[in-house]
Amino acid sequence: MALPAVIGSETEFGITVRNQPDWNPTLASSQVVNAYQGGRVRVQWSFDEETPGNDARGFGYEGYGATEADTGLVNVVLSNGARFYVDHAHPEYSSPECADPRQAALYDKAGERVAEAAAAAARRALPEGEDLRIHKNNSDGKGNSYGYHENYLVSRDLPFSDLIRFATTWLVTRQIFTGSGKVGSENGRPPVEYQLTQRADFFEEAVGLETTLKRPIINTRDEPHADVSKYRRFHVIIGDANMSEVQTFIKLGATALLLAAVEDGAVPDDLELADPVEAAWTVSHDLSLRRPLRLAAGGGATALEMQRQYYEWLSKYTERELSEPVWSEVLEEWGAVLEDLETDPLRTADRLDWAAKYRLADGYRARDGLSWNHPRLAMAALQYHDVDRGKGLAYRLEQRGDLRRLFSDEEADRAAAHPPAETRAFFRGACVDRFAGALLAANWDSLLFDVGEASLKRVPMMEPRRGTRALVGELLDSCRSAADMLRALGE
Amino acid sequence: MAQEKSKQPAGRDRPQEEERIDVRRTDESQMEKIDDLLDEIDSVLEENAEEFVKNYVQKGGQ
Repeated sequence: MALPAVIGSETEFGITVRNQPDWNPTLASSQVVNAYQGGRVRVQWSFDEETPGNDARGFGYEGYGATEADTGLVNVVLSNGARFYVDHAHPEYSSPECADPRQAALYDKAGERVAEAAAAAARRALPEGEDLRIHKNNSDGKGNSYGYHENYLVSRDLPFSDLIRFATTWLVTRQIFTGSGKVGSENGRPPVEYQLTQRADFFEEAVGLETTLKRPIINTRDEPHADVSKYRRFHVIIGDANMSEVQTFIKLGATALLLAAVEDGAVPDDLELADPVEAAWTVSHDLSLRRPLRLAAGGGATALEMQRQYYEWLSKYTERELSEPVWSEVLEEWGAVLEDLETDPLRTADRLDWAAKYRLADGYRARDGLSWNHPRLAMAALQYHDVDRGKGLAYRLEQRGDLRRLFSDEEADRAAAHPPAETRAFFRGACVDRFAGALLAANWDSLLFDVGEASLKRVPMMEPRRGTRALVGELLDSCRSAADMLRALGE
Repeated sequence: MAQEKSKQPAGRDRPQEEERIDVRRTDESQMEKIDDLLDEIDSVLEENAEEFVKNYVQKGGQ
């Protein structure tokens, strides 16, 4: 039986500085990351172990690797086990590895708290009259997109060809509940007033290694950051970053369920689409949720119909194989959303960003008689994603009870400072918390310490489900220094 | 903005080829409670929206 995936998410935040002519996004992003005062240690991110050019289809790709290293300008590892750094021209938060989707949704939300605190600190250093804003979104509305990536660590026994076969239609059709909503269209797609997702317009290939050009629905990066003989990391680049906690939970949880079921051969049909790229933006542009997508086998079905089919298969699978309550919670939330999308899509406005934002934007438009491209409407749609709790409109909706939450502010704040207990992120976060001075470099699967001895000491962490509180908590508590800890680990 | 208000009813002031698909609604309850929400948003919406939106350019993303 498949072990459900270890899950993490990466958020590239939008950043803007107001009233500062010629502001530089890379510099501003560095200032934001450096300004963060929470539990952190600035480290070298050891790129020697990273191989983003490896392709899961079995071939390498020339020219990859070196470019990634050059973008690692500022890197901090946080006491919650996350990485917070400058990626190209954006601040990026890569969550710690999480053992289940509820925890992964919490640590995704914690990234907003990290970005909020870092932006506030960076803002304090600006001259009077300037302002810096951070948004958790994926498009500037002018043809530029930046990513939100999901990572699912699955068994190497799951052949990549099965992932391509079964996940393509899944990723295209799940957009009806993963979208954060966008005013207008981009990248040469047909014009629309409003669409379900921020990202769909930018996907131009079915399968590929790219993440910045000709983005593929299935990304083939084969870089598990773990024992490569046992694990595969499914790197999903087509999702939107969500403000809604419930939505993040459903997105990550249902996708993890699908992957486990595929590994166990419990998905009876791949529901292959005739043209997945066209289907991706077609789903996103169809606010009626009624437009059929052409199937390779002939005929057609709507994204919602296919999602209901997946729901049937995955609920049977879950009942049979997965006893932890978190999986029935996923099914319950996911099922309720599908029901509501069928009956009246706006009923999901208390859980799905695209519907919440539509309700807000359409209400605004109707009240003031604005066109969909009016700047005030665009501003409201953008400000929905501001991570500042005094400004962000999604938070306003939460405070009013219009957008449901899964977590309290206290839980999110705690997750911004402390690691999850059930993965190796616990060990990483605890080392940042206790032995920051000795930590020289870090990577997802190792830590490098300088304890003043002749050689540097590397601690490999090739097993993401080890390094947990249960396994190393006591040992860490018994050590007064990094040198003590390394000695104890060696014994 | 006054200019915008004087335009034709919503839905007519865009290029003809633009696709118009509405969200289906079986009840209007979601839209009914919205007025005080919009008032609240008015109080926090960024000033100089046009300039903010115009200058919001995000290059170099994945």
